Amino acid sequence: MIPGKFGYHRPQSVAEAVGLLASLGSEARALAGGHSLIPLMKLRMAQPEHLVDLRRVTALKGIRREGADLVIGAMTTQAELIASALLADLLPLLPETCRTIADPQIRNVSTIGGNVANGDPGNDLPAVMQCLGASFILDKTGGQRSVAARDFYLGPYTTALAEGELLTGVRIPIPPAGHGAAYEKLKRKVGDYATAAAAVVLTMTGGRCTTAAIALTNLGGTPLMVDQAAAAIVGTALDQASLDRAAAAASAVSDPAEDARGSVEYRRHVAGVMTRRAILRAAAHANQRSI
Amino acid sequence: MSKAHIALIINGRPIEALVEPRTLLVHFLREELSLTGAHIGCETGHCGACTVDMDGRSVKSCTILAVQADQASVMTIEGVAAADGTLHVLQESFRQMHGLQCGYCTPGMIVRAYRLLQENPDPNDAEIRMGIAGNLCRCTGYQNIVKAIRHAADTLAAQPRILEAAE
Repeated sequence: MIPGKFGYHRPQSVAEAVGLLASLGSEARALAGGHSLIPLMKLRMAQPEHLVDLRRVTALKGIRREGADLVIGAMTTQAELIASALLADLLPLLPETCRTIADPQIRNVSTIGGNVANGDPGNDLPAVMQCLGASFILDKTGGQRSVAARDFYLGPYTTALAEGELLTGVRIPIPPAGHGAAYEKLKRKVGDYATAAAAVVLTMTGGRCTTAAIALTNLGGTPLMVDQAAAAIVGTALDQASLDRAAAAASAVSDPAEDARGSVEYRRHVAGVMTRRAILRAAAHANQRSI
Repeated sequence: MSKAHIALIINGRPIEALVEPRTLLVHFLREELSLTGAHIGCETGHCGACTVDMDGRSVKSCTILAVQADQASVMTIEGVAAADGTLHVLQESFRQMHGLQCGYCTPGMIVRAYRLLQENPDPNDAEIRMGIAGNLCRCTGYQNIVKAIRHAADTLAAQPRILEAAE
C-alpha cells in the first residue's frame, strides 16, 4: 500500500508553515508524526494534495513551564512526554496516558499535536486534555487564538481547527499539588485503541472529594466530559453509592458503536467500570501525594 | 509532483537520492537500495517487521515517508552484524535460544531489541515484553524471543564493548 501523490513541503518555521497552509488551501494537511495520517493515506481514505511536513520546525518541540501552566509544543513525541522529568513531577497523568498508547516504535514518532488535533475519537489524549482544562494554541498567518479542549471536538475527525490554522501547542494549567489523577483504559491487547477508557482528575481534602473532572475516550464521536459523574462524587468520601452513581452516569452518556471491541451494551458497561476504577486510583494517588 | 532530494546515512553509508514524496521508507530501503532485511508484514503499523533504527530510536519504516528520514541516520538489520560478517551478540542469541521459527519477524525483532538494550541494558522479562510490544511474532509465542534478548543482555553485560562496536 502506497499513498496517493501529493506535493511535499518542508517549512523551517511556524510562519512559513501557516503561510503554506493558507496558500495551499483546503487540500493541504499538516504532517506531524504521520502515524494517523499516513495509514489513512495508504488506504486512500485520505488523499491530501499537499503535505506540510513540520519535522524541521524545531520551535514546535519541547515542554516548558510558564507560570502556572505547562506549555507543550505540538511536535513533542509521546516518548518525550514519557521521559519528561517535569511532567513526572507536575503532571504524571500525561506520561501515564502516553504509556497506554500504541507501542514503543509508534510513541517515538507520534506527537501530542497530532494526537489531539486530528479528531480521532479513539485517540487517548483529548479526553485527558478536557479533564485537565487544557487549551490548544492555534496559529495562522497574522494571528493566534486559543480554544479550550472542551470546545474543540465537534464530531469524529471534525474539530474547531479552521482552514489555514495549525495547532502549535497545548497549554495545561498545572493541577494543584496533592491532586490525584488516573487514566484507566480497557483494551484487547497492548497498543490497541480503547474499548472504553476514563480519565479522572480530582482533589481530596480530609478524605472527601473536593473537585473532580471526568472524561471518556472512544465511547462516542468525541471525547465525553461527564459532569454528572463528577457531581456524583464531589463532596462525598467516595462511598459505594456515590461510585455507583458516577459509573451509571458514565454509562448513560456513552454512545459507542458496536465493533470488534464489543457490543454497545458491553462498552457502555465497561465505561462505568473504567470510571469507577479511575476514580479510586486517582483518589489513592491524591492521598499518596498529599502525605 | 516533483521529486524531493534526500540525504541520509544508512548503516554508516551516506546516501543521496531523489524520491517521490509518497515513497515509504521501507520501499526506499528495499527497492532502491536492495536492503531487503526490513520486511513488509502488515503494512499498517502493527506488526513491526519493518522496524529500523532512526536517529537512535526504533521506528516502523512502513509508516514513515522516505522524505521524513531526510538528514537522519538509519540502521537496518544489515547494519547489525560486523563488517566481516561476525554476528552481533543479539543475532547469535536468537540462534542459540531458538528465538525464531519462520524468521519473518526476526529482522524487526533484532533491530528493536538492539535499541531496547541500549535504553535498558538489564531488562527483566516484563520489560522485554513491553519493549517488543510493537513487534508481532506468529510462530514462537515469544517465549524464546524473550529468552534470546535476556541471553544477549547477559552476554553483553559480560562483554560491554561489543554493543558499542556495532554503532
